[in-house]
Amino acid sequence: MAAKTGTYTLIASSTLGSGAATVTFSSIPGTYTDLILVCKLLASSTANNSDGLRFQLNGDTASNYSATWLTNSGTTPVSSSESSATRGRFGNVSQTTNDVGTAIGQFLDYANTTTYKTMLGRSGNLNSNGDSNVFTAVSMWRSTAAVTQIVLSQSSNANFVTGTEFRLYGIEAAK
Amino acid sequence: MSITSAKTGATGISLALENNFMEPIASTVVGSGGASAIIFNDIPQTYKHLQIRGISNSSNASYIAAQFNGDIGTSYSNHAIYAEPGTVVGQANTSTTNVQIARSNYVAGSMYGAGICDILDYANTNKYKSTRALAGNDSNGTAGGVVFFSSGSWRSFAAITSITIFPTSPSFSQYSRFSLYGIKG
Repeated sequence: MAAKTGTYTLIASSTLGSGAATVTFSSIPGTYTDLILVCKLLASSTANNSDGLRFQLNGDTASNYSATWLTNSGTTPVSSSESSATRGRFGNVSQTTNDVGTAIGQFLDYANTTTYKTMLGRSGNLNSNGDSNVFTAVSMWRSTAAVTQIVLSQSSNANFVTGTEFRLYGIEAAK
Repeated sequence: MSITSAKTGATGISLALENNFMEPIASTVVGSGGASAIIFNDIPQTYKHLQIRGISNSSNASYIAAQFNGDIGTSYSNHAIYAEPGTVVGQANTSTTNVQIARSNYVAGSMYGAGICDILDYANTNKYKSTRALAGNDSNGTAGGVVFFSSGSWRSFAAITSITIFPTSPSFSQYSRFSLYGIKG
């Protein structure tokens, strides 16, 4: 097997200079095999809980998304799911001021036009008010279209705050 | 101490990701006839770790498993925690014939599960080999999705030169795809 040099190409990044309810990556090239979205998530309110990190693909706002996830409520593991949702879910955002969380979303085989799209996500935040959590999810978008756009938001539609950062990478498989 | 990329301004994990730390080795897409297994042979020994990334569809499969270097003996063990809607389960398997790298509750039609598996220090000849995996599939409520974490062990000192990936039954469907990457140390 001959190895090919390098992968993990930075496609686009966004560091918010002011609050925004949504962040959009558009015109995503179809030349990679997988997409990886790396997020630095700053707390967006003073509430003592977490907000869901959400996504929509290709501008599809219909009920074509579903998800299953595992997280914790304090020391108790919790699993749940949602079907026919209008957004996918791949993480949590802390709501306690000055907290910072991270999330990584993996959009596998995003450019193929024969399968529904499955996405794996992980996130974690250490909430200084005690609602720390880890979160992992699988989401499905029931469309065979190649993913060309990702719109990120929070379950409550609250703003992502200044300094929140998103980086979108492309991973290329061997040819 | 914070390290920042002079080229891109990236820090921390972003800096690592942008440093060409990962290279594609091989990739396979299953054809129209399906495939009972995917095999990566002649794996180069020049990396620190390996990563398998893929999507798959296999009706009635409970698990997707991996074996190394053609070893079909009971040299494997694994632990897993997986979540179905409203249920969290932990499991342990010792002296088994494979490591489980994904659990498959229901994938049919255009629904494909996804998974990522790291094989750590695969070329080291002084210790047993360890795996870790994150996988999942969702079916929009048809039969319940599942999120799956696992760790696995292959009790062999041999460097890994071959990986066989297979569903418990019956075969991978067309368009299932597995890609192998090398991660630099």
